[in-house]
Amino acid sequence: MRFYDLIFLAFSTLVRYPLRTLMLLIATSIGVMAVILLTAVGEGARDYITGEFRDMGTNLLIVIPGKNETSGGGSPADLAGVAPRDLTVEDAISLRQIEAIKNIAPIVIGETPAQFNGLERSVPIIGTTPSFLAVRKWEMATGNFLPGVTLDRSPPVCVIGKEVESELFGKNKAIGQWLRVGDRRCRVTGIIGTEGRAVGIDAQKVVVMPVSLATALFNRPSLFRIGIEARNTWEMEQIKKDIIRIIKKRHQGKEDITVIRQDSVMKSFDNIFNVLTMALGSIASISLFVAGILIMNVMLVAVSQRQAEIGLLKAIGAKNNQINHLFITEAIILSGSGALLGLVLGHTVTQILKVAFPTFNFLPPLWASFVSLLVALISGVVFGLLPARRAAKLDPVIALSGNK
Amino acid sequence: MINLENLCRHFEVGNQVVRALDEVDLVINKKEYVSIMGVSGSGKSTLLNILGLLDTPTSGDYVLSGINTSKMNDDEMAHIRSTKIGFVFQSFHLIPRLTAAENVEMPMVLSGLNPKERQEKVDNALARVSLTDRSDHRPEQLSGGQRQRVAIARSIVMEPDVLLADEPTGNLDSSSSKEIIKLIEELNQGGLTLVVVTHDKDLGRRSNRLIELLDGKIINDNQN
Ligand SMILES: Nc1ncnc2c1ncn2[C@@H]1O[C@H](COP(=O)(O)OP(=O)(O)OP(=O)(O)O)[C@@H](O)[C@H]1O
Ligand SMILES: [Mg+2]
Repeated sequence: MRFYDLIFLAFSTLVRYPLRTLMLLIATSIGVMAVILLTAVGEGARDYITGEFRDMGTNLLIVIPGKNETSGGGSPADLAGVAPRDLTVEDAISLRQIEAIKNIAPIVIGETPAQFNGLERSVPIIGTTPSFLAVRKWEMATGNFLPGVTLDRSPPVCVIGKEVESELFGKNKAIGQWLRVGDRRCRVTGIIGTEGRAVGIDAQKVVVMPVSLATALFNRPSLFRIGIEARNTWEMEQIKKDIIRIIKKRHQGKEDITVIRQDSVMKSFDNIFNVLTMALGSIASISLFVAGILIMNVMLVAVSQRQAEIGLLKAIGAKNNQINHLFITEAIILSGSGALLGLVLGHTVTQILKVAFPTFNFLPPLWASFVSLLVALISGVVFGLLPARRAAKLDPVIALSGNK
Repeated sequence: MINLENLCRHFEVGNQVVRALDEVDLVINKKEYVSIMGVSGSGKSTLLNILGLLDTPTSGDYVLSGINTSKMNDDEMAHIRSTKIGFVFQSFHLIPRLTAAENVEMPMVLSGLNPKERQEKVDNALARVSLTDRSDHRPEQLSGGQRQRVAIARSIVMEPDVLLADEPTGNLDSSSSKEIIKLIEELNQGGLTLVVVTHDKDLGRRSNRLIELLDGKIINDNQN
């Protein structure tokens, strides 16, 4: 039997029973659509999370006070029972000696009331240096970001987020005004343009001031962390070692900091979300197998309904294999076109969701389309096998006398 | 060309054995026109099914054109059915979703003939049964007599040696029956061996040879 004859014959039966065909198409397409949608959500989540990191620039190291894992036998300081020291501005200054470092941004965070002209609101504070702008890739809407500030110089200046500007200053011009923050005063030198978040703080709600001003304001010398930008990626491991060495020396030989590489954190998240996406895809694939079982059942019924036809085909010379191929072809056409329909539906719905939820990026991965198509086809073959064999093995005399 | 020797076909129903065919010896020559008659349950259809290789005997030999069929596998039997045997059934057995032409084409589709040759043979076969103008009609759009003519066109399209017809007029009114009988007799005159199972005594008498079965045995075998 020729290939196109096989296709034509299989197709003619599918057209002959439109309701049955439609049902099976829907079952398969829902399965494929589920795979596309769930993987799109997983991949979107991955993109959302890693995107947060991507915005922060490359070559980034973060120094965090405290260390979780115990380092082997423990240093003499451990035995002496010296409490871990805070990370201080002086620690940050000491890191300047590392040539390979491009920017050092110490970060202090806190919350305090800010006041202007009788209006008051509680604002999150970030105390840092101008390097912060480079490290976090923030942008200014107007004005300058902490002019004249360095690690050891803290003129009373600050920049504010857009929301702080509108709530405290209203229609007044904010730049040049003195803002009261806690028991200190600082002159506003700029407005932040960025709309993202950094260290969990919304850029539109924040007041950013020099690091020493912030430590004085909160009366606490400890840094929340130190952001460090390396000149080159290949120097990062060395920088990491140098930071630990220098801080350890300053902290009486106690290794009480953790240095993490931005890119390795991002990679871990990437991996976690890839696994998540695949898990979601596999769960959705189960519905493809359910569709396959449905195809099998319906085809088994079809075989008994079409006994007379099968008997006739045998009487006019059909070999058992030809009957077998005919039914398998039907199953493959069913599952294949169901899968294609599912792909179209899945990607259409994804586009609709993108419009409906613009903040979340739905990204159906390419492999999901291929894999779901493949799984659908395989389940078509596998679940078509049993009905096809049953049809092929029918006794022609009994089949001919069967129902028409 | 057909040679049955000591052929039995038994069915086991429960613990009872039904002897549908019991030690049948039969020789049918090329171009013969044979009618098979007998009461219901006498084994006529069983005999025809065995002649058509749709069924296999329990014991005994069936030699067709010099080939012993008892050792054939399913595929070999399918090949013989495809090339040497034509079937006509009481209930036509057309495929409902296909047109008359497509139904006639079916045996050639299965044998893998190329579409150009197929088209020509379909046209010839439909012309032979005077249904050229109905080639695009589906079975449900045809009368019983026309359906049986489509079935006959299908049975001869592969140019078989023998045509087996099991009560071909059983579902037809008398005028359609006459047409069908005339048609298959013409085919027989053209050289086709013809074996017809029938209940119709007139039809039986028209043939060259009348075989009567009873309880799986041949009780009469008369040349007319
Ligand atoms: N598959 C089967 N299983 C059991 N018994 C069968 C089977 N097929 C036929 N028989 C029996 O074999 C005998 C002959 O049946 P067959 O169909 O050949 O009769 P027939 O002469 O064609 O009758 P009718 O004129 O009614 O068509 C009957 O007794 C029937 O019950
Ligand atoms: Mg019968």
